[in-house]
Amino acid sequence: MSPLLLEVRGLTKRFGGLTANEDVSFSLSAGEIVGLLGPNGAGKTTVFNSLAGFFAPTSGDILLEGRSIAGLPPERVAALGVARTFQIVRIFKSMTVRENVMVAALLRHRAVPVARRKADEALAFTGLSGRAGDPAGQLTVAEQKRLEVTRALAIEPRLLLLDEVMAGLTSSEVHEAVEMVKRIRDRGIACVVVEHVMEGIMPIADRVVVLERGRVIADGPPAAVASDAAVIAAYLGEEYRAPGP
Amino acid sequence: MSRRAKLVWLAAALVALLFPLVAARPTWQNTAILMLMTAQMGVAWNILGGYAGQVSLGHAAFFGAGAYVSTLLSIKLGLSPWLGMVAGAGVSAGLSLLVGWPCFRLKGHYFAMATIAVGEIVQAVVNGWEFLGGAVGFYLPLQEKGFWGFVFNRSKLPYYYIALGLLAFSLLVNWAVARSRTGYYLRAIKDEPDAARSLGVSLTRYKQTAMVISSALAAMGGTLYAQKELFIDPGSTLSTSLSIKMALAAIMGGVGTLAGPVVGAVVLTAIEEASRVAFGGTGRGTDLVVYGGLIVVIAVFQPAGILGLFASRRGPARAAPAEAPAKEAA
Amino acid sequence: MTAQLLLQTLLSGILIGLVYALVAVGLTLIFGVMDIVNFAHGEFLMLGMYAAFWGFALWKLDPLFTLPLTALLLFALGAALYRLIIRRITDAPMLSQIFATFGLMILFRGLAQYLWKPDFRSVGESVVAGKVAFAGLQFGLPQVVAALGAVLTTAAVWWFLRSTRLGAALEATAADKEAAALMGIDAQKMFALAWGLGAACAGVAGALLSTYYPIFPEVGSTFILVAFVLVALGGFGSVAGAFWAGILVGVVEVVGGFLWDPAYKMVLVLSLYLLVVWLRPQGLLGKA
Repeated sequence: MSPLLLEVRGLTKRFGGLTANEDVSFSLSAGEIVGLLGPNGAGKTTVFNSLAGFFAPTSGDILLEGRSIAGLPPERVAALGVARTFQIVRIFKSMTVRENVMVAALLRHRAVPVARRKADEALAFTGLSGRAGDPAGQLTVAEQKRLEVTRALAIEPRLLLLDEVMAGLTSSEVHEAVEMVKRIRDRGIACVVVEHVMEGIMPIADRVVVLERGRVIADGPPAAVASDAAVIAAYLGEEYRAPGP
Repeated sequence: MSRRAKLVWLAAALVALLFPLVAARPTWQNTAILMLMTAQMGVAWNILGGYAGQVSLGHAAFFGAGAYVSTLLSIKLGLSPWLGMVAGAGVSAGLSLLVGWPCFRLKGHYFAMATIAVGEIVQAVVNGWEFLGGAVGFYLPLQEKGFWGFVFNRSKLPYYYIALGLLAFSLLVNWAVARSRTGYYLRAIKDEPDAARSLGVSLTRYKQTAMVISSALAAMGGTLYAQKELFIDPGSTLSTSLSIKMALAAIMGGVGTLAGPVVGAVVLTAIEEASRVAFGGTGRGTDLVVYGGLIVVIAVFQPAGILGLFASRRGPARAAPAEAPAKEAA
Repeated sequence: MTAQLLLQTLLSGILIGLVYALVAVGLTLIFGVMDIVNFAHGEFLMLGMYAAFWGFALWKLDPLFTLPLTALLLFALGAALYRLIIRRITDAPMLSQIFATFGLMILFRGLAQYLWKPDFRSVGESVVAGKVAFAGLQFGLPQVVAALGAVLTTAAVWWFLRSTRLGAALEATAADKEAAALMGIDAQKMFALAWGLGAACAGVAGALLSTYYPIFPEVGSTFILVAFVLVALGGFGSVAGAFWAGILVGVVEVVGGFLWDPAYKMVLVLSLYLLVVWLRPQGLLGKA
């Protein structure tokens, strides 16, 4: 097994009296895809925000290749190689699609022409080249989500955090998104995928971590987790639909 | 920059260069100088307020810093105002770091409120400080000193071309910033600050960069004002209404665009002068009514400013390729 | 400084602070309900002052007698402004929101200058005049009455928010617009109500001040700055916070002006504001 890329140790996050995450621990190896599942309000997005530097954990630690990143601001976490998307897309609406990605590419390539080239490469990778010159606000929802992924990739991360990139997509769009995540993994970028769309995540995840009420209730290969009684009771029993034939 | 945009800029530059030769009447030249100076202030404000989206309503503090520093250096030490302009820009940039430090912790409305407070504090302090001329201000001696001395009383023409040069310089700075890494970052911060952070952009650092550039340019405008009027006091160089004017030029023309403040300043100054002629002098409040009414109308109905009128006409045309199949089908 | 003098200064600070608080209550109401800072709030106060002035100048009616009318007028103006202008910018970019109310501020100042001249005016002889003295301390009766009126109005607003159905609906909208909408509360009505109430608060404060404060078109500028400070100190949107902050700022201003230089009292208050928003962006009394 490859060395650990990300290690979350006893992560706890409280807001006032409200505990959003309690003693959450899991880890991720380089090039792995881990699904982060759980019913609404289980604390997935809070974990995400802590990993990406948007929240400082109340206690516990987050290690990226052995180095603590807990409590660092988002821009530092990004510079260290952790990229994220947002559940509700946050594209730069006054810019073109290409410019959106250029903002990201400028992190590693300070010269604007180089960043433009890198942005075009990233757009080609995610299949958005055709829309590079369009105002980003004109994209469809599916395209906007893909733009967010493109942008995240353009900071050349080692770890990519995907927050419900498949929610609200049609099944053919979900299929495209799944293929894209696989190709991202094939480039050696590890992914943590928060997803409600099960048929999207189950086939591609190497492991699945299930949260309920802020705690980890299961952690293992998708097949094992899917048959775990606690998980079924908490979540999957009502929501999981088996992938179609 | 598109070919058409280049042509428009070139034509505007030619008109600006030749204007005072054609229109020789002093009142015309004076109005033109006012337009250029207002445009320059608007360009300065626009870098922070328009590109980075941080609405400052205390920018008069930076303008005033330029006016006061060059005037003090000239009166007390006999330094050339040109050196004073550089020094003023430096002091102003330093002041902006001091102001930005607490204020950039605030977002949106709160930032705007805090900058008003800063502007009012600076004005009140200068008002009560004898060394800085207090409420009386300073007069500069009116004697022809030539270019290096920056005082011209035989003709307004030198001020016109200096104002034009300063505007061109400010536009050049703006243009360079806009197409640099910083420019992309500023627009990203304005659109979606959290997304920008997730892509490695430090909000404080880049907002501060924008403010340093913006305040230094505003200060240079302040020095020019002091040398042209040869009189400064808190009311004319540090008031909140001056801060508003800077912002208004940019908003009226179109925020976050290179040409916006220039277009806005020309229209604004024209309206101002026209209402002054029509209603006779300031102080009757008509100028404020016109100002206020315009601001409300633009804010509510045309947030993209005058340039937005043209852009929205062009907008659908640019978007056409994406929608073309639907149109063909129809 | 003797104890007597200290007490006199402190109490004077509290008297003006209570009026400041009423102005800020109006501002914080609007802000709390719809996240818009009303830069024209000082002009509501100015218009309240002029309403009182004209009542007196034209019909010899005391500002205190015309106070209910002033409140009504300003309520109508606030609600009308919401319907005509503010409604169109509730979802607009921040820049539009700032400049819409900012433009209104300039517009009202200009109108006042145009219609009523930029001169200083005052209400000649109010029923409240002279001094009240107790325990060796002396206060102007107009100041005392204004402070009392301000406290009563603030208390009335507080009661309205806490104890009436309409007030509860307003508070619900402030807390969570979507949840309130689900409960069948019409957000548009609540916004208009907030603007009406906010303007009325400032107008009443203006009428109360008119018995001893000079009346001129720019009079709002000082009060809006103080109101910003109170709203920030008290926690954005908090009526009770604005009230306590009013007392604090009134005292700081009067004591500071006494010990240092009256010309710098605004510098002191504004610096306090910057210090607070820097250390606690959510406000001194606000929750994180």
